[in-house]
Order: sequence, then structure tokens, then C-alpha cells
Amino acid sequence: MKFLELLTNPSLTLIVFFPTLAAIPLLVANKRNEKRIKWYLLVVFTAEFLLSAYLVTLLYLKDGIKYFPLVADPTIPWLPRYGIAYRLAIDGISMPLILLTTFIMPIVILGSWSSIKKHWKLYGISLLILTTGILGAFLAYDLILFYIFWEVMLVPMYLIIGVWGGERRIYAAVKFFLYTLAGSLPMLLAILWLGWRFSKAAGYWSFHYLELLTMLLPPQEQLWLFIGFALAFAIKVPLFPLHTWLPDAHVEAPTGGSVILAAVLLKLGTYGFMRFGVPLFPHVKEEVIDLILVLSLIGIIYAALVAWVQEDMKKLIAYSSVAHLGFVTLGIFSMTEISWSGALLQMVNHGLSTGALFLLVGMIYERFHTKKFKELGGLAQPLPLLAFFLVFSAMASAGLPGLNGFVGELMILTGTYIGGYKIYTVIGAIGVILAALYLLRMLKETVWGEYTGAVKKDLHSYEKMALFPLAVLMLLIGIIPSVFIKPSQESILQTLKIYSVRKNYPKVTKPLIIPIDIDKEKK
Amino acid sequence: MTSLIAIVLLPFLGAVVNGILSFSNSKRAVTFTALATTGGSLVIALYTIWRYLTELSPQPIEYVLYKWLEKPLEIQISFLLDPLSAIMLFVVTFVGFFIHLYSTGYMSDDEGYGRYFAYLNLFMGMMLLLILGSNLLVTFIGWEGVGLCSYLLIGFYYKQDEPPRASMKAFVVNRIGDFAFLIAIFISFAHFATLEYREILNAIATNQQLQDTVYIFGLTLPALLALLLFIAATGKSAQLPLYVWLPDAMAGPTPVSALIHAATMVTAGVYLLTRTNLLFQLSPNILKLVTLISVATAFMAASIAIAQRDIKKVLAYSTVSQLGYMFLAAGVGAFVVSIFHLFTHAFFKALLFLGSGSVIHAMEGEQDIYKMGGLKQHLPHTYITFLIGTLAIAGFPPLAGFFSKDAILAYTYDHSKAIYFIGLITAGLTSFYMFRMFILTFHGEFRGTEEQRKHLHESPPSMTLPLWILAIGSAFVGFIGKIPFTHYDLFGKILSPVIVKLEEKAVHHDVLHEVLLITLSVVAALLGLVAAKVLYSQGPTGDERLKSIITAPLYTLLKGKYFVDELYTFVIVTPLRTTANILWRFVDQLIIDGTLHLAAGIVQLISALGSFTTTGNLRNYMLYFVIGIILLIAYTVG
Repeated sequence: MKFLELLTNPSLTLIVFFPTLAAIPLLVANKRNEKRIKWYLLVVFTAEFLLSAYLVTLLYLKDGIKYFPLVADPTIPWLPRYGIAYRLAIDGISMPLILLTTFIMPIVILGSWSSIKKHWKLYGISLLILTTGILGAFLAYDLILFYIFWEVMLVPMYLIIGVWGGERRIYAAVKFFLYTLAGSLPMLLAILWLGWRFSKAAGYWSFHYLELLTMLLPPQEQLWLFIGFALAFAIKVPLFPLHTWLPDAHVEAPTGGSVILAAVLLKLGTYGFMRFGVPLFPHVKEEVIDLILVLSLIGIIYAALVAWVQEDMKKLIAYSSVAHLGFVTLGIFSMTEISWSGALLQMVNHGLSTGALFLLVGMIYERFHTKKFKELGGLAQPLPLLAFFLVFSAMASAGLPGLNGFVGELMILTGTYIGGYKIYTVIGAIGVILAALYLLRMLKETVWGEYTGAVKKDLHSYEKMALFPLAVLMLLIGIIPSVFIKPSQESILQTLKIYSVRKNYPKVTKPLIIPIDIDKEKK
Repeated sequence: MTSLIAIVLLPFLGAVVNGILSFSNSKRAVTFTALATTGGSLVIALYTIWRYLTELSPQPIEYVLYKWLEKPLEIQISFLLDPLSAIMLFVVTFVGFFIHLYSTGYMSDDEGYGRYFAYLNLFMGMMLLLILGSNLLVTFIGWEGVGLCSYLLIGFYYKQDEPPRASMKAFVVNRIGDFAFLIAIFISFAHFATLEYREILNAIATNQQLQDTVYIFGLTLPALLALLLFIAATGKSAQLPLYVWLPDAMAGPTPVSALIHAATMVTAGVYLLTRTNLLFQLSPNILKLVTLISVATAFMAASIAIAQRDIKKVLAYSTVSQLGYMFLAAGVGAFVVSIFHLFTHAFFKALLFLGSGSVIHAMEGEQDIYKMGGLKQHLPHTYITFLIGTLAIAGFPPLAGFFSKDAILAYTYDHSKAIYFIGLITAGLTSFYMFRMFILTFHGEFRGTEEQRKHLHESPPSMTLPLWILAIGSAFVGFIGKIPFTHYDLFGKILSPVIVKLEEKAVHHDVLHEVLLITLSVVAALLGLVAAKVLYSQGPTGDERLKSIITAPLYTLLKGKYFVDELYTFVIVTPLRTTANILWRFVDQLIIDGTLHLAAGIVQLISALGSFTTTGNLRNYMLYFVIGIILLIAYTVG
């Protein structure tokens, strides 16, 4: 009963499964008492955040070291014959994403406070299970386990869009579901293939991530497996041209769903590239890397332009997500330490600023029952505080120096330039101009202008509580970024080192376990 | 140098406090906060500058606040005090404080009083970051920060149609320049592993290889950096082809036009060029480009100004033109003179804008000079100070503008006679459009409505005091520059450590030449004055006579501002929007989604054929899926 032991101690397992455990009392709750359910969820998610913050601090301070270490929960064998086990581990790459997730969830509840009007009980259960899925996927060090958590996320998100969504919610939900499934099935095949090939090389099966890192496959095989993984990740990110599910999903999803989707779910794609896609398959042809870089750039420019001509506020922000995530994949596949740090930070940045923007759209929608630009305008007059947060978040999103988005973009593009992709850097920087173009248009159509409406109610207290922490973080990251970047640096360095050790190893013709001391590299 | 921190942080503090106060209704607290913070900043700055410049040989002083990022991308937040930043510091805090004071009168009836001062204080903080930053990053934070404040202040009257549009245009056009600045940052970091000005310039100065053998995008490293920084400057400092935002920026409150869009922010590009003057001096081709762009901008903007009716538009084009002069000085290698003109211009252009604000205030918001006239009697202080400003900008000795403009023309004369000639004509045009505006505003008959006439009044002391202070400055600050016929040049002496001397570039004209050049300048200014007097003594009908003199098509071209905005809309904006719409409607919705729907349709067809064995119902699949996961988890726990 090792699992129960882990659950009752401060551990990664507890962080992952605490939300699921908290869903159990909800099952028997009276679904009519929605107010109590809301408060319960707020308390649970706040506790979850505090728990994860506590554990992270504990791990960070344990050895009195400068960088966040790789720490694993004890392994629990699962299907030992096939080397499948329950393994969770955290390092400097997953740590910020874990905190981002647990930080954003209470805000999601606040953002749903008055916008979710039915089935709070089911909504709460969906959110709780979804959280377990997300956290599990970020922490899984066994590829089968990773795949399971990856799929667990799918169902609650499908429900959130399909049940509480807008008019075309069924279309959007099915599109989301099928898109994701189309990506994850090849990934499952690739994972199984990896385990099988490992058994050929080592004599026993394993899906242990760190063990798989010691195996090298022939380049052609690496390419096919990479494509299997990359498809799943690229859809999640989403990378052009696999992005068309995102605008529909965002527009139809309720506010809370949009926030989770933008802030966290998309990051699983980019995280997947950093954790698995890049290090496991170092001999993927340069042309493929180049293709992904080019697709990222297309995404940056293309999505920015498309965002610019949208008539729906939410759709504009959805396309802006595609552009922003293009920067992240650009940073990842430039393969420099600086661009990786920037990419990781940008994942958090995008979560904060786009999360805030989606919250604000929701608040506008609740007051005016529209997200269409032509029906909005002049909000600065009746709703100065909302206008302030909207301008603030838009500026953060546009990469204004002094706020968070700038740091990420600066690091990504500097890294890209240093990585030797000079022209790509210049094209990427054009995206910075375009970001101003569409975000300022959004402000012009909503915040500025003459106000003709009747609604006068500025932010409620729960709305302020949702936006304020986000704004504070956006400012802090902009002013003292090194505090947020430093803990992750060592893990990024090590991951890239393992990648380059594997890359520089002579190419093989059959699966081979190479003498690479992962534990030492991963210290 | 902890005083630098106080100088920078005080306005930021003011911005935060005023931002909070803007949600309450305490005008007095706002006024106090705004004046106390910027005033405090001014006092500390004056003391610091005095202490610094009176040292025997002032050495650059650096103050590191903290590390913004650490290795491998090490960047620090740090400040640099040297003669250049000391001069800029003086301009910004001095002019800035008095414009704050003026604003307490000008904006006193505005419902957005607190918001206004929050923005204005924030601007001061950002501008100080820009000029005091010891590296490209701190400057860039300030650079975009002032851009944000400019955006917020241009769009201050957000309920009207024009300000939101103008503010968006300003920000986006500036972003094009900022894009080049960003690239310069990437390149600097990649090649020098630092963004510190002194380290970069040192590395280039001492390493011949960096100067000659590193080629990027077909240019040497110094040339590329110089080009990028100049592109950045054309955005912020409104030069061709990016000047189009500045005339529209007049949609903001008039004190904002004075502070941001005349005296300080728009001169940031000039500052940047001087800060990195070594790069430019090593790149003759880029300097040539600077010269051509600047002289074209100066002339073009001045010619537009002669046909405008809006008092602020005239001044806006005048600013573009004067900024052109500053870049012209830099282009011919006279960086000291470039900063000197920045310095004198800050006084007389801020004065002119504030004066126009006083006029607009008296005229109840009227900005059309056709509807003014005869304001001389009603606004005596405004009249006299405005006259001083006009004489100064027109280049009449011994006012400030004479010294700086004459120096620019003298250096240009050495460089190229043709460009000198264009510069001289521009000087004549400057005098002409300024006196045209001056006469139409203050002389002749009052042409406004009866209601406006009754309302006419001189502005309160909070507004006239800054006018007088700036008028005194406009009259006398010229004397700290190079005095003709002497070797006396205080300004040049202060600035000389900042300017790298690759070759001796000082003008050594004989007395005869000097007399000739000064005479030509004065004659140009006089001609402009006389022409304006002759044409406009009967009021706005002078425009008809001007039209008949320069021919109707040319007049239409000038009045229509060469139709550059229309051209940009036609060549850039509309095609870009069409492209965006095609990408969305055609690529996104038709090609990508169409392919998907087709694929889904085929799958559906196949599954319909095979539905004897499966239900084909998504919900059932999901059920199986969830059951499967639960079983797996149960297996683990057990």
C-alpha cells in the first residue's frame, strides 16, 4: 500500500491526487446547494496551491542549493513484466508548470463564480479530475503513466466545453476531442514501440523515462517515433496548421475552460517537446527541426494577422495564443540554454496574461452578453478598474518591457539568434510588432470610445481577487525575472546536456544502450 | 550615486499614488503628489548635476541597482551619469516639472485629473530610465515605457473618435522602430555578451577585427548596429518614413504635446545616436543615410507646416522638422551640436506648445488659427512669451535657436553645399510658417464667435509662470553654446568626453566665411518673417495669395501633407488587412478546416458501414475509456 502511504505524506502523489480525493465528497453533495459547492472548490484549490507551494519550497530548500533539484516519489511497480511503473518526479522544468497550474485553479473558480450557472457539482468534479490529469502529466516519469494522465485530461475538458459552452459547443467539443485523439494515438504507438525496442537492447522492458534516455535508436526510427510524439504535442500547442480546433474551443468554452485551456493545457504540448520530443530523439534530421521552426514562425505571423481581423474578442485572444505559443516552440527548437529558459518562462507568462485576458472577456460577457467588438466600446468610462486590468494584461501580452511577456520574448529571440537562426530571429521579432497591432485594436474596440450602454457595475470583489494576483505576478516577473528563471536553469542545462551527449554519440543501426550516466547528469 | 535612484523612483511613486487617487476625488492630493515627486526629482537632479559638472574632470559614474537576469544572459538594471546623461537629466526634470505645474492649471477642470497625472508621472519615470540607463536594456525599458505613456496620453480624451485612433497609430508605428531596437539588442548580446554601452563601445574601439571583419546581413557590425538604432530613432523621433504618428499625436492634451511630443520623448532618438556615436562615426554610409533622411524630413515637414490651419498641427510639423535638424547635425558628425539643438529646442518648443495651450484654453478648445486673431490684447503674457519662442525657433540672434541652428548649418556647409542650401531654405520656411501662425493668432481682427470673445482671458499664474521660465530659457540658453567669432563653447566643453574623436571635425571658418553664413541665416529668417507679414496682415486670405504664388497643385499637395497617410493606407494597411482576411477565411476556414471536415466525413462513412459491431456513439467510447482508466488505477492500488 505504498500508494496510500504517499497519499498521506507531503509528496508529489499527494499533489496529484488531492483534487481527485476532494472530488469524492462532492459526489454525495447536494447539487442544489451551489453556493456551498463553489466555496468548497475554492477552499480545495487554494489548499492545493498552498500544498504544492509548500512542497516545492521544501524541496527547494532541502539541500540549501541554488537550483531546483530532480526529486522523485518512490516507484511503485505496476506491470513489472513490461517495465511499467508508477513513477512521479519533479525538476526545474516541471516545477514552474506545476505551480502555474495550482495557482491558476482557484482563479478559475473565481472566474466561474457567476458565469457558470448550472450543474456546479459536475463542473467541480470535472475540474478536479482535470487538475489531477494535468499535474500527473507534468510529473509522470513513466511514459505509459504519462499517456494515461494525458488522456485523463481529455474527458473533463470535453465535458467542460460540451456542457457549459456556447451555442456551437458540441461542434467545438467534438473537434477538440477528435483532434487530440488523432494526435495521442500515434503517440501511444510510439511509446509502446520505444518500450519494445528497449527490451531488444537491454533485455528487459522499460518505460522509465530516464532509462529510455540511455537507449539510442537508428536515426530513421527516431524520426518516425519523433513524428508520433510531435503530432500529439503539436496539436496541443497548437502549431500551425494544426491549430484550428483552438479558436473554436476557446470561443465556445466557458470562461473557466478557456482559462485552463490557455494557461495550462496548451503548455503540455510545449512541455512534451522539452521533456520527451527533443531529448529522446536527438538524431532527428535538421530539416525536421527546421520545419518546426518555420511552422512556429508561420504561426507567429499568420495567427497575429488573423487575430487582427477578428470580430469576436475571444477569438482574437485565441489566435493570439497561437502566435504566442509559436514563440515558445521557436525557443525550444533553437536548442540554446537561453531560448529554453525563455520558452519555459514564456509558457508561464502566456498562462498569466492570456489567462487574465480570458477572465476579462468573461467579465465583459457577463455584463453585456456579447463578445463582439461592434457591440462593445468605451468601457473605460463605466468600468475603469476592468479597463485598467484589460490594458495591463494586453500590454503584458504585447511584450511591453517591465512586464512579464517581454522577458520571455527577449530570451527566446536572443537565444534563437545565438543559436545561429538570424533570419528566423528577425521574422520572429516582426511578430512583436504585430502583437501590438491586434492587441491595441482590441483595446480600441473595447476600452476606448464613447460608452452608450447602461451597465455601470465595475468589478465585483471575487473578480478583483481573480485578477489582482495575476497582475502582481505579471509585474514581478517583468521587474525581477531572474528570481523566476534561476531555479529552472540547472534542469534546463542538464536536459540540453543529455540531449547533446546523445546527439554527439555515433549514430547506431540497431537499438543500443549507451554509456551515459543519467543520474550523474541529472544531479 | 544613490541620488540617481531617488530621481528615477520619485516619479514612479507619484504615478502609483496618483493612479490610486484617480479612483477617488481628491484633486488637491493629486496636485500635491504630482508636484512633490517631480519637484523633488528636479531638486535632487539639479544638485546632482551641479556637483557632477563642477568636478575638475567628471568621470562617468555607474550605479548598479540589481541584476535583472543572470548568466548566461546577464543583464543588470544600472544607471550611468556622464555629461550626456547629465544634460538630458536637466532637460527632462526641468522642463518636466514646469509642464507638470502648467498642467495643474490647464487640466484643472478635467474629470480625469488624477488619471492624467498618473500617466504624466509615469512618463517622467520612464523617460528618466531611458536617459539614465547604462545599457541598451534599461534604455529600451524606458523607450517602450515612454511609448506606453505617450499612447495613454494621446488617447487621454478617449471618448472622442480621434484620440483612440491616433494613440493606436502612434504605438504601432513606434513598434516598427522598436523592432529594430530589439534586433540591435540581440546582436549586441550575441557579439559582446553584454548590453552595457561602455563595454560595447570599448570592445569596438579596441578591436579592429570587430570593426572590419564581422559581417551580418551584409554590413559590418558597427554599421548594422548603427543602422538598427537609427531605424529605432526614426520611429521615436518621428523621421521619414515613420514620422506619420507625431502630427496625429496632437489629439492628446496640449501640455502632453509640449512635454512628450516636443521637448523630451521625441528627442530620445537623437540622444541614442549621440550615446552610441562611435558606431555611427565608424559607418560613413549610415551617417550619409542619416543626413539624407534628416534633411528630407526637415524640409518636407516645414513645407507641410506652411499650409496647416490647426495651431497644434503647425507646431507638430515644426517639431518633426526641428528633429530633422538635430539628426542632420548628427549626420554631418556634429553630435555636440545635435544635442545642443535638442537642448535649445526643448525650451522654445515646449514654450510654443504651452503658449498654444494657453490660447486654446482661452478659446474654449478652438485650435483653428483661421478663427483666432487679435489675441494680443487679451493674452498679454502668452503673447510676449509666444513671440520670444517664435523668434527663437525662427533663428533670430541672439535667441537660443539662432545659436544651435546656425551651428548645424555651419557644419552642414562644410559637409555638403547642396544639403546646406536645403537646410537654409528650411530655415526660411520655419520663420515663414511660424510668423504666419503667430500673426494669424495674435494680430489682426478677432475672427471667433461672440461667445468665445466674451470668454477670452489670460491664463492663471500656474500656467503663465512656466511660460515665462521657458521664455527666459529660450532667450538666453543659446549663450552656453559656441559663440560665433570666439572659441568660447561651454556646451561643447561639457559634452566633449562623450563624443569620440576619430578625426578633428571642428569648423575652422575664417571670419569672412562665418560672417557670410550668419548673414545668410539671418536673411533667411528675415525673409520668412517679411513674407509672412506681407501675406497675412489681412488675415487668412493670405493663404489664397500663397496658393496663387506657389500654384494650386503644389498648395494642395502641401495642405494634404503630401498624402503620405493615404499612401500608407493604400500600399501597406489595406493590403495587409486583405491578406489577413484571406488567411482567416480562406486558409483557416476553407483549406484547413475543410480538409478536416472531409476527413471526418469519410471516417463517418466508413464507421457507418461497420456499425454492426460498434455503436459509433462517442459517448459510449468515452464510457469504456473511463472504465478502463478506473480499472487500471484500481489495479495499482490493489
